Amino acid sequence: MSLEDLYQEIILDHYKKPRHRAPELDGYDVVVHHSNPLCGDEMDLRLRVADDQSGQRIDAVVYDGDGCSISMASASAMTEAVVGRDLDDAEDLAEDFRQMMHGEEPRRDDDLKDGVAFQGVAKFPVRVKCALLGWMALKDAIQTHRAGDAEHEVTYDQ
Amino acid sequence: MSTTTAAIDVAPFDAAAIRSDFPNLSREVHGKPLVYLDSAATSHKPQVVIDAVADMYSHHTANVHRGVHALAEEATDRFEGARTRIARFVGADPRGVVFTKNATEAFNLLAHSYARKRLGPGDILLYTQMEHHANLVPWQLARDDAGFELAAVPVTPAGTLDLDVFAEIVATGRVKLLTLTAMSNVVGTINPVAEMAQAVRAANPDAVVVVDGAQSVPHLPTDMDELDADFLCFSGHKMCGPSGVGVLAARPEVLQTMPPFLGGGEMIVDVQLYEASYNEVPYRFEAGTPMIAEAVGLGTAVEYLQAIGMDAVRAHEITLLEHVIPALNDIKGVTVHGPTDPQARGAAVSFAVDNLHPHDVGTVLDREGVAVRAGHHCAKPLVRLLGSAATTRASFYLYNTTDEIEPLCDAIRAAQAFFEV
Repeated sequence: MSLEDLYQEIILDHYKKPRHRAPELDGYDVVVHHSNPLCGDEMDLRLRVADDQSGQRIDAVVYDGDGCSISMASASAMTEAVVGRDLDDAEDLAEDFRQMMHGEEPRRDDDLKDGVAFQGVAKFPVRVKCALLGWMALKDAIQTHRAGDAEHEVTYDQ
Repeated sequence: MSTTTAAIDVAPFDAAAIRSDFPNLSREVHGKPLVYLDSAATSHKPQVVIDAVADMYSHHTANVHRGVHALAEEATDRFEGARTRIARFVGADPRGVVFTKNATEAFNLLAHSYARKRLGPGDILLYTQMEHHANLVPWQLARDDAGFELAAVPVTPAGTLDLDVFAEIVATGRVKLLTLTAMSNVVGTINPVAEMAQAVRAANPDAVVVVDGAQSVPHLPTDMDELDADFLCFSGHKMCGPSGVGVLAARPEVLQTMPPFLGGGEMIVDVQLYEASYNEVPYRFEAGTPMIAEAVGLGTAVEYLQAIGMDAVRAHEITLLEHVIPALNDIKGVTVHGPTDPQARGAAVSFAVDNLHPHDVGTVLDREGVAVRAGHHCAKPLVRLLGSAATTRASFYLYNTTDEIEPLCDAIRAAQAFFEV
């Protein structure tokens, strides 16, 4: 297992040129703060939800934080994969990503877009939680919004 | 204090011979020779310690302090022999040496059996901003019950304690317990423990002083009287001993006045159905069957370190620091945290690499066979002060050599090249 398996070009590209990384989002509906005390990673994720005929979809999503290249790049790739999706659909995609991090083949590799580049991270067990940080924040933001709340904080203590 | 080292009368130090005592150090990682720079997290164990633990299980398995048979006597002799040896190693009275599972448990014991009982509203428990979580959280829990105040000595940008603020807090006369690390696990700073202890006692004769020796005892000659400490907490696994054993060394006369921490067998004189009377110290604080083989292993680790000499260990680490600090500072974009004078610090060296997260640095270094710690080192208040959520830490011990500094620096440069920063 080489360093290049972990840090694919696509990952480094997202790290150096982050997409949708911003400290604020106009008219956001929900903000979640996730931190991993083990490595000190911190992330804020903001979500703006739009209503359409079939339900609610992600109108905009931004993240910001302090963390390693894997956590920040994964969040960047996540934003590109989920923007415009229905909440249920985005949540399902987050679950697909989570299973991929636990060694499963992704069901929706096309939908994950650049997220599939993180498949190699599964072979570096200590870095799996880094790759999951943004996706788990997204899942939490969706669930927080469904519960009618606008804010939530999660600390991972494993 | 005992933490300064005279450069005289140091026995010849043969790091290569010492390395051969540690079987793990000859292994490879990812096809590269292991460069182990994480001894502040846990140290490797010399073969004599591994053998001592195996010998207990192979030949002397029995419970201690209970049997009348030969094996029980052998186990008890070895267990108590280790206690005496460890006590001498830190200048403590064996009657004041309590075996705990680690330094963390020793702090919890003190928080429960001392702070909760003796401190109350109006009293200040003083610690510092550079403490390990083990020397913060137990006191915070006790504060919630007992209602005393917590105060922290701030850390300056140079990584040393702000002694002016310390003096102001002490001048209130309300400091009833001072607890601080003798050596920072993040920035390596060696603190003026004895001077601070004397200042606290001068302002309040009832005050007691607790010293976190988890980093200092493995690396510096230590004497409780020289530290002017009432209590000294440390862990076996950071000083060539097994995990699962730590020590609370206390003045027996203070320990004697304290109620038990954990209840159970061994810690009692008599038990009735609804009450019990407690054993003498230190057994009052050792409920249940202790970590027998581990304590014996720690006794052997102490013998091993004594044979080399703690002055020699300290002198060797100063030599390593004299090389590693300039070598790291020479790398563009690398900043070493904490004191730059090797005499003023221990061999836990935290550093920042511009535009690189410690986790990424740690992963690249690992692929090069270099083991470092990346994270907050269980000292979040200090690491936050350094301006980040995490640092990379290379920590050295008696078995490290100056030859291992180049692989470390090369690996850092490789990480910078890989991420193009």
